[in-house]
Amino acid sequence: MHSIPGRRLIMGLFLVFLLLPIYWLVNMSFKTNAEIVSTMTLWPHTPTLQHYKRIFTDESWYSGYINSLEYVVLNTIISISVALPAAYAFSRYRFLGDKHLFFWLLSNRMAPAAVYALPFFNLYSAIGLFDTPWAVALAHCIFNVPLAVWILEGFVSGVPREIDETAFLDGYSFPRFFIKILVPLIASGIGVAAFFCFMFSWVELLLARTLTSVQAKPIAAIMTRTVSAAGMDWGLLAAAGVLTIIPGALVIWFVRNYIARGFALGRV
Amino acid sequence: MDKTVNQKAWFLVLPVFLVVAFSAVLPLMTVVNYSMQDTFGNNQFFWNGVGWFKELLDPSTDLGGRFLASLGRNLFFSMVILAIEVPLGIVVALSMPREGWTVAACLIILALPLLIPWNVVGTIWQIFGRPDIGLLGYVLNAIGIDYNYVSNEVDAWVTVIVMDVWHWTSLVALLCYAGLKSIPDAYYQAAQIDGASRWAVFKAIQLPKMNRVLLIAVLLRFMDSFMIYTEPFVVTGGGPGNSTTFVSIELVKIALGQFDLGKAAALSLVYNLIILIVCWVFYTVMTNAGVERKVQASSEPAAEPKPSAALKPVPALKPKEGVA
Repeated sequence: MHSIPGRRLIMGLFLVFLLLPIYWLVNMSFKTNAEIVSTMTLWPHTPTLQHYKRIFTDESWYSGYINSLEYVVLNTIISISVALPAAYAFSRYRFLGDKHLFFWLLSNRMAPAAVYALPFFNLYSAIGLFDTPWAVALAHCIFNVPLAVWILEGFVSGVPREIDETAFLDGYSFPRFFIKILVPLIASGIGVAAFFCFMFSWVELLLARTLTSVQAKPIAAIMTRTVSAAGMDWGLLAAAGVLTIIPGALVIWFVRNYIARGFALGRV
Repeated sequence: MDKTVNQKAWFLVLPVFLVVAFSAVLPLMTVVNYSMQDTFGNNQFFWNGVGWFKELLDPSTDLGGRFLASLGRNLFFSMVILAIEVPLGIVVALSMPREGWTVAACLIILALPLLIPWNVVGTIWQIFGRPDIGLLGYVLNAIGIDYNYVSNEVDAWVTVIVMDVWHWTSLVALLCYAGLKSIPDAYYQAAQIDGASRWAVFKAIQLPKMNRVLLIAVLLRFMDSFMIYTEPFVVTGGGPGNSTTFVSIELVKIALGQFDLGKAAALSLVYNLIILIVCWVFYTVMTNAGVERKVQASSEPAAEPKPSAALKPVPALKPKEGVA
């Protein structure tokens, strides 16, 4: 009922606008460099897998994906596990300074990463975490933990309070209630929050690049560095780009019904 | 639902507090410390008081000039992308298919740009816009438009703006779509009975219902565009000249490029302060909207019988539960 005239045309045009640049990247990743530079072809005339092969066989390339996934997963686990109890507290109780704390969390979600790049570099160097996945995972907590709290709070508030009360009357202890009853009830919310933590940690580059040098270098940093050092290897750059899109496209499938609600911070 | 007062809840919040404080408060203290000092290298620091702040806000100095120029550019950029993305996002949300597999397909394609690492977004547009190897640049030049985002300021701006529209309009669209879906069918049916025009339905039903999500969209987009770094950095590197150097790019140049810690720290604090103020406005408006929604919800049952009573004689309109 909520559509407008010409909606198919508008939607179609917009989707083409979204997909065209991505198509161009995919197209380019299957071309040889000679073809890219010499002619303008709408699809690969001499399709090749050489760029992908290079990425999957050269350790300096594929280790970047492993490093990235490592800190992304670490960050998601940390964010969700600390955010869950807090989301419950914000949803159910009023306590000293709760509103200020909530605002403070929000303000950290909005803080520009550029502000923190240098102090993080100092901090993590000082405690010996520099160039480890832990440094990036902890640094990304600054925007992912508040986000997770926000999303989960929305979902916890959707669980009727009577359920808590009944469980406590039945003699459940708080931790047992939390794990046995609450967590299964908001499983979809946890999935959405995990998805958003994954996503924002995956797409961030500035902090990830600043906090690593050799051992834990993320794929995004490898893309910018290697390419500028070895001249412009367009095909390889495109192939690396395509491979960074895939994890996002995979996880999106699982949360497709909740995406919109998650982007609204659980507040639609 | 009234919340009970329970100070023990602090124990549940403590882990979050510690993790975020470790990442936020400690580094921020370093920044405050640096912002008051000057350094000649070798880890020797000198007290400089509010010197950096004075310089920062005075456009006649080098630092102040650069900061205020990049701030101006950044505000202009944010305004332009909001003016494009918000209406476009609403139109796209209104154009979403009603049901069937196309809904899921559209949602997934819409969300795709949001999940691409920001530097890859930059790379995609860097390639796409190049006159020699990119489709966009090639086509534009072929039809006689002299387009080159590396050397022409206007072209660089257009590229950065189109890139942002490409990257983030989906967010606005998804939020609006979520808002639209929360509108009960009865509203539309009542409008149909009243013979309301398409535009009237939009103005009287859809727009008010989208208010809240639109607010989230506008503020998220404002703040994210206000701290944009990676995408323009990859595409234009802040150039040509300084024409697309936004505040974050300027800050990273000063902090990590020149290692001018004092200047960078002072800039960081002012920058953070601006964000904090906007954030506060956001938070206040959001919480007020939340209160309004609760008031509305409690008064709704009284208003409800009217449209549903009016509906009964129209059996042709069957409520579409499948949409939701």
